[in-house]
Amino acid sequence: MINASEPQEQFQIDADRTTADEPRRAAVRQALGNYKTARSKTENAFASWPHARDAAATIKYEGINHLDRYLREFEEKFTARGGKVFWASSGAQAREYILRLARERAVKSIVKSKAMTSEEIHLNDALEKDGYHVIESDLGEFIQQLKHEPPYHFVFPCMHLKREEISALFERELGTAKTDSPEELTMIARRFLRRHYINADMGISGGNFIVAETGMISITENEGNARLATALPKIHVALVGIEKIIPRLADLALFLPMLATAGTGQQLTCYNSMYGGPRQPGEIDGPEEFHVVLLDNHRTRLLADAEQRDALHCIRCGACLNVCPIFKNIGGHAYGTTYQGPIGSVITPHFRGLQDWKHLSGASSLCGACTEACPVKIDIHHHLLQNRRNAVSEKKVWWERFIWFGFRELMKRPWAYQMAMRLAPVGQFFHPLVLGTALDPVNSWTKTRDFPAAAPQSFHDWWRDRKGVRK
Amino acid sequence: MSDPISGDREAILGRIAEALREPAPKHHEAPDKPAPLGLTAPFREWLPPVGKTRKDQIALFAQQSEVLRTEFVECASVVGAAKQLTELAKKADWKTIALHAGELTDAVAAKLPETLATLRVDAGYDKEALEACDAGFTECEALIAQTGSVCVTALSSGGRALSVLPPHHVVIAQKGQLVPDLAAAYEILALKYAGHYPSFVSFITGPSRTGDIERILVLGAHGPKRLTVLLVP
Repeated sequence: MINASEPQEQFQIDADRTTADEPRRAAVRQALGNYKTARSKTENAFASWPHARDAAATIKYEGINHLDRYLREFEEKFTARGGKVFWASSGAQAREYILRLARERAVKSIVKSKAMTSEEIHLNDALEKDGYHVIESDLGEFIQQLKHEPPYHFVFPCMHLKREEISALFERELGTAKTDSPEELTMIARRFLRRHYINADMGISGGNFIVAETGMISITENEGNARLATALPKIHVALVGIEKIIPRLADLALFLPMLATAGTGQQLTCYNSMYGGPRQPGEIDGPEEFHVVLLDNHRTRLLADAEQRDALHCIRCGACLNVCPIFKNIGGHAYGTTYQGPIGSVITPHFRGLQDWKHLSGASSLCGACTEACPVKIDIHHHLLQNRRNAVSEKKVWWERFIWFGFRELMKRPWAYQMAMRLAPVGQFFHPLVLGTALDPVNSWTKTRDFPAAAPQSFHDWWRDRKGVRK
Repeated sequence: MSDPISGDREAILGRIAEALREPAPKHHEAPDKPAPLGLTAPFREWLPPVGKTRKDQIALFAQQSEVLRTEFVECASVVGAAKQLTELAKKADWKTIALHAGELTDAVAAKLPETLATLRVDAGYDKEALEACDAGFTECEALIAQTGSVCVTALSSGGRALSVLPPHHVVIAQKGQLVPDLAAAYEILALKYAGHYPSFVSFITGPSRTGDIERILVLGAHGPKRLTVLLVP
């Protein structure tokens, strides 16, 4: 693998490589085909999916546009039940808090359930560097951890892997026997992880929703690993982005089915659990301590962009990835971001710098499939367009300006335009001399495509010369 | 430096307030039916429809259970439920079943064969011992027809681990506990707990599952491999 210094160059290199990987693309296509079938069936079971989307967008709009009020309400309710809230401006602050907690409580072993926020702030690296044993418990994340690879898709972390590859990985890392049964592979992970839930003294999770009204964190999962990681260890830490807010508990009656439908095509994900504090008096079990780390990490920067503020409505269902023609071809790793796909291309420039990450907004056909698939009606493809506009107006590129200047002057003068039309076939006649070299002015087109031949006669000429028409 | 206890609270809230001074455009239309007062969710009518009568709702729950691979059994009485459980225990050769104290669980437990050992979690339990049990037997807060879900809480169902650690979760519920949809379940919880919710509330929808390997469904990822719901009058 080649490593380029600039994210944009790296993206070009990686996207070229992954697009050429035909078998991988076929596997991803098949997985996403199954999603499409399941989703349309579930969506059709709604009395009205379009209205449900409007209702969900209304609730998220309310939450995000009164974010300070609802976060305060959450904090008040949650701390009243014995929970601790830590507000982290940056990933470094969040990491520092969790590390200090682990140190002070003499934690030895940590079990994690899926949390994209922890990928975002590279929490595992920090914990492992300090000598803690951290294990990912979501099957997909567990596989990716063994592979030392980031998730391929923020909902389906290892969707790009085939069973043979997973079997070989388990053989190598866990010493298990070869198998081609997904069930047997799942049982290997199940057996391996059981011990860890019981022995771990800290469980780290993410959170799908922050419920202001009742001071709860809601976690959606299929496997039961988050439930185990939040039931058995004596400390529970939830690392959650501040945008996950919803005002009322009963709003979940809408969001839980919508998240499942858009995310995986299920009617409801297997476990939807709401955690309101550590173990309460009169309860049998549960952690002694429950810490919620509210993560900003540049989310307030996106919040300040009113035009794109609705990108914070995102419930991370991954639907926009699943329908995206770009994602299907380049795959999840080429993006080089924590959040892949269309939504990742919208938000990453806000989190990590527009000039470094603007190329992702260019890598889009603007077909709008993402916007259509979004359950909370984020105007994704227009935001990609806005990122392009903002990137250019923030930092003008001299040669682009030169070209547009030339184009404008040409189009203003019919005689000049006519002349250019006549010269085009001449230019094309000499094109083979430079074809495939850096001197070719349309190199990025001709690399993968033929350049269409100029018509012998322009439309303009044809119109003027057509027979039997009165002049 | 951020505050070691609460972190950058004031700074973050300040940035939010500053950011929100400019209103955001809307890309959605407000739902055309206004939210009625009270607890009823304003979006209910857009969700998958549910029949009005109890019979319809039981039929829907049964239908959803089949799709989810939940084993749903209507029992004539508590005695019938105990028979079902004994049958399950015999077939799967259970040695120990874990349970919590409750009106229904106790009534059934009293009728189980003596050869089946029980582990009661109410006064605390050993994690290893609970993990070694063949099944966890619990009550619930509600059954939800719309989604085929079982609503459990830390208070209704023996804490957090009993319903997820053993490989088979058996739920016993009364017909009166069946509600049409999730919104109704939230209403019941709000009325029952009046703001003092248990620290754990969960909607369980089928046995534990994963599709992480080639998007192929496998049951029993980390939680129970089987889920049985026994419904008594």
